[in-house]
Amino acid sequence: MSLVFAGICSHAPGIVGRAAMADAALREPLYAAYGRLRAQLRAARPDALVVVAAEHFANFFMNNMPSFAIGMADQYRGPIEDPAWLGIARQQIPGNAALSRALIGEVMQTVDVAFAEEWQFDHGIMVPLHFLTPDYDLPVVPVNINCQGPPLTPLHRAWALGEALRRAADQLPARLAIIGTGGISHWPATPDSGKINEAWDRQLLDRWARNDKQALLAYTDRDTYRDAGQGGFEIRTFISVAAAARGRGELQHYAPIPIFAVGCTIAVMNVAA
Amino acid sequence: MSLYQLQKFLYDINRDVRVQQEFRGDRGAVLGRYELTDEERAALERGDIGLTYVLGANGQLLMHFAAYLGMPWPAYLQAMRDGVARHGPVRAGVYAMTTLVDEKVAGV
Repeated sequence: MSLVFAGICSHAPGIVGRAAMADAALREPLYAAYGRLRAQLRAARPDALVVVAAEHFANFFMNNMPSFAIGMADQYRGPIEDPAWLGIARQQIPGNAALSRALIGEVMQTVDVAFAEEWQFDHGIMVPLHFLTPDYDLPVVPVNINCQGPPLTPLHRAWALGEALRRAADQLPARLAIIGTGGISHWPATPDSGKINEAWDRQLLDRWARNDKQALLAYTDRDTYRDAGQGGFEIRTFISVAAAARGRGELQHYAPIPIFAVGCTIAVMNVAA
Repeated sequence: MSLYQLQKFLYDINRDVRVQQEFRGDRGAVLGRYELTDEERAALERGDIGLTYVLGANGQLLMHFAAYLGMPWPAYLQAMRDGVARHGPVRAGVYAMTTLVDEKVAGV
């Protein structure tokens, strides 16, 4: 088995970019939870980190929007946003083109994916890396699911992507970790920013932790938009991780932090056979 | 189709430093490359975040344009509220406002 670690975390830009505006009593426990996630990730001794993300028009736009895309480069750059705005300096982030190519080839046996030899990471990947690999010393394989430009990737296809990533990981000698990043309920970048539906979030996280495929795939975009905002569409990344890990999840941190615009979440899932 | 063009402009300026530099010098020349309505063109030319929001711009595109224009986060949120107060509800897209114009959920 070559999938050695699975987890999920929030990626909202305000988590770093608006850190100074947050109540330290909320911010510091979140940062500590990221630190614990980092320690668990390192303890699994991965050779590379697969980040399943929901990018926000940094690389992919409605002129040619893939349902899924996987990076295939030896190096990536980020953040694409103004570093001062995000609070993260521009970096070169290592990739592994050969590993990506092998992974993509196997994923393609069951799920059609676009590949990209250029990729500028936005906050959706940079915020997690800022906490999890702050020295940018672990090769990253970025994976994107279209959670932004409707028509969106269907949830059951996000599940299928997770299954395909797992099958691919099982074929490879490398030790892979997988992290899904996204918000749960949130209304980002609108005047509603800061609105959070905690009950909805906790229901989703319960379904995720039980790895209840049927319940996870029962959400409709119409209901999600109503109850969890357009940011809720990013649950696709969490669903893919559940499908890849096949295990049970452990919620290690959840706290709504309005100035960060999201219920800040850290969770891990054991990798089951 | 026009909203697509408006958002394409935002996508281009957000990710391309050359477009950012050109827009600082000659806004009209940059906007002339996009098939925009007069209302869209005027909103972008004067950096009217509120109207651009009401026209349906995706917030993930719009917030970076606002930052490029030098707007701090609270000012960006307020500009959108002001836009809705002045021009009415968001007309397209999935970034509609569901809170009240005088409601500040996150305190800003």
